[in-house]
Amino acid sequence: MEAEAAKYIGAGIACLGMAGAGIGLGHIFGNYLAGALRNPSAAQGQFSNLIFGFAVTEALGIFSFAVALILMFVL
Amino acid sequence: MNIGLPIVAKDPTAQFELHKLAQLKIGNLDLSFTNSALMMLVSLACIALWFLLSSKKELIPGRAQSVLELSYEFIADMLQSSTGKEGMRFFPLVFSIFAFILFANMLGMIPFFFTTTSHIIVTFALAMIVMCVVIGFGVWKNGFGFLKLFWPAGIPIAIKPFVSLLEVISFISRPISLSVRLWANMFAGHILLKLFAGFAISMFAAGGLTAVGSIVPFGLTLALIPLEFLVAFVQAYVFALLTSVYLSDALHPGHH
Repeated sequence: MEAEAAKYIGAGIACLGMAGAGIGLGHIFGNYLAGALRNPSAAQGQFSNLIFGFAVTEALGIFSFAVALILMFVL
Repeated sequence: MNIGLPIVAKDPTAQFELHKLAQLKIGNLDLSFTNSALMMLVSLACIALWFLLSSKKELIPGRAQSVLELSYEFIADMLQSSTGKEGMRFFPLVFSIFAFILFANMLGMIPFFFTTTSHIIVTFALAMIVMCVVIGFGVWKNGFGFLKLFWPAGIPIAIKPFVSLLEVISFISRPISLSVRLWANMFAGHILLKLFAGFAISMFAAGGLTAVGSIVPFGLTLALIPLEFLVAFVQAYVFALLTSVYLSDALHPGHH
């Protein structure tokens, strides 16, 4: 297999990692919404925890996306 | 619909290239003033200007002073909830990191401006500053008690060595994840923008039905831009928040 073809196939496989990030994000925001519907007054206090959890989970999805981009454009 | 002009979309990684603006070579060291250094100076100038124009010390604050006080409280609350009262000694560090990353990210969104944080060496330098402060201060304040960080309380002695090894690995991965999170967000975000803009350009240049279809990648780019502004702010906030959390580990090792 030529290096070019392997690069593109690798980039495609690397994008599968974003599935985990998507599930994780849906989990976080779904739980936040469920909690906010039960206890709306406490929801605003937890907003910064929500953003923090979003950022660290999204980071892993973006790591895998960055690997795909590196394979496509840098290597 | 042939425009007659050679419309070609640029390679999406061309935006990350460093251009030397002023040559400076000391021995074997190339210390040229690059566009990255220029953007860092511009961020610094914007922060300084913001502070100078907003610091009026009126008892009833005007608009600019209110914004400055709000951002002060935003970071101070975040720092105090992570580290407690004695953590406020780190406030200048945390606020500087937050302001620098925020302005560097935001200035990168302006067309034709360079995003300093899109280079891993810049974000790695920032993360290493944080880790060196954490380790340095932790050892200075706690001495060998700093190693209690890797010997957590309340774990049964049978599995403590393995948990300790995991804690060491997780500590070493902190500067890596801190730097790569910011870098990957900026790198991926800007490549996405240029990629979709490039699609819009090449579809439009192809003429005919594809030129009409070029509205789709154009709309996508348009929708991505506010998302990138949000990501710029959130990444600066998360970097500062994680800095506070790691500093609280230096202040009180072993208390999670």
